[in-house]
Amino acid sequence: MPSLPDIMTPNAEELAKQDGGKGGHAPLPDADQDAFFEFLLRMGDNALILGHRNSEWCGHGPQLEEDIAMSNIALDLIGQTALWLGLAAEVEGKGRSADDLAYLRDVWDFRNLLLVERPNGDFGATLMRQFLFDAFHFHLLQALTGSADPRVAEIAAKSLKEVSYHLERSAEQVIALGDGTEESRKRMQAALDDQWSYALEMFLGDATDVTMAASGIAPDPAGLRQAWDDTVLPVLAEATLDVPDSTFAHKGGKQGTHTEHLGYILAEMQFLQRAYPGAEW
Amino acid sequence: MRPAVSTIWDWLAEVPDPEIPVISLTDLGIIRDVEWQGETLVVTVTPTYSGCPATAVINLDIENHLLSKGVEHVMLRRQLTPAWTTDWITDQGRDKLRDYGIAPPIDGTAPDGDVMARVTSLTGRGNMAVPCPRCNSNDTRRVSQFGSTPCKASWVCNACLEPFDYFKCH
Repeated sequence: MPSLPDIMTPNAEELAKQDGGKGGHAPLPDADQDAFFEFLLRMGDNALILGHRNSEWCGHGPQLEEDIAMSNIALDLIGQTALWLGLAAEVEGKGRSADDLAYLRDVWDFRNLLLVERPNGDFGATLMRQFLFDAFHFHLLQALTGSADPRVAEIAAKSLKEVSYHLERSAEQVIALGDGTEESRKRMQAALDDQWSYALEMFLGDATDVTMAASGIAPDPAGLRQAWDDTVLPVLAEATLDVPDSTFAHKGGKQGTHTEHLGYILAEMQFLQRAYPGAEW
Repeated sequence: MRPAVSTIWDWLAEVPDPEIPVISLTDLGIIRDVEWQGETLVVTVTPTYSGCPATAVINLDIENHLLSKGVEHVMLRRQLTPAWTTDWITDQGRDKLRDYGIAPPIDGTAPDGDVMARVTSLTGRGNMAVPCPRCNSNDTRRVSQFGSTPCKASWVCNACLEPFDYFKCH
């Protein structure tokens, strides 16, 4: 099996202990499948909700090219969603499809990070969020290409190629706007300050992560922090932005406790399937 | 009727890409395998970008074209691994793209996550020259990493002033 550098970090062990030592025992096969399903929902829901947020810019971008870029990135993310949720449905084995998972679950069943459900704000705030997430997404997918489950590895390899372009673009834009005018810098700094504590949820592991790491399916998220810092900090420095020194992290999204914003997203996204069940394009 | 696999490949070479109709599906490199399993023809296709809306149309076009040639049972198989790469676009496909006004991909220029080394347009480091497909000038600049479809970027030529699409290395 290819090595996953972040699998057995001290954080994972610590979390396992906090979890009442359950992580120290071999998980039951059923528990494993439940954790696997949860993990796949997290992957799919992050892509789905951020994709939806990006699609809200369609027709509203500050420039035609940026409008198109936003829609293209949304498209990539929705395409990745179909792969992750398709696998989630397969693993769950209850006859649900990727579409069922996207359109017929309610707020408490979503497993996305709080960061991606936050309102877009201005263009700079949208880009800052995209950059913070892209850097995490990139390193997570890179680790997942070595997953013990080949289905996860192949979706990761496919997605990684797309996300590499997302990261390049958001990094460039963060630099252009951060190291831009007085007004644009002010807004980018505000966006960074505002989103930092939400971004840090990305590195909070829980029992699901411990189980996934122990089975070699996915890395412990805390282990991705160094790689993320190595990518993010030089870009923020180039963008002349000050990195917040707060270590506080909002949490809950990965476990299904969401902000009020997600309900509004689902109301719009799911309306058609709720009102006209089974409707097709 | 079970036509030879080589004949099937020839037929597939007649199916145009729905977004960029000057190149065929075989030029694009997305047909990975053609095989008879009993009386069923199994065609293995790999998607370009995971969210590319052309994927569904491509599958339909493959099926329709083969049915029109008299193949009765066609099964399409999706294959994600190895992930599609622009390296698989044929030389002929690249020439057709250029003639059509789309700069073909420059191999080996896909991003690798080393962002600071790649932040090219702002810092001038490692700038990549994409020759203009109209006037062949190397004096071109990128407008946006994303263009009219997921697979393309928007560029403009400083010499002839024409905007053009660049098929991104992927």
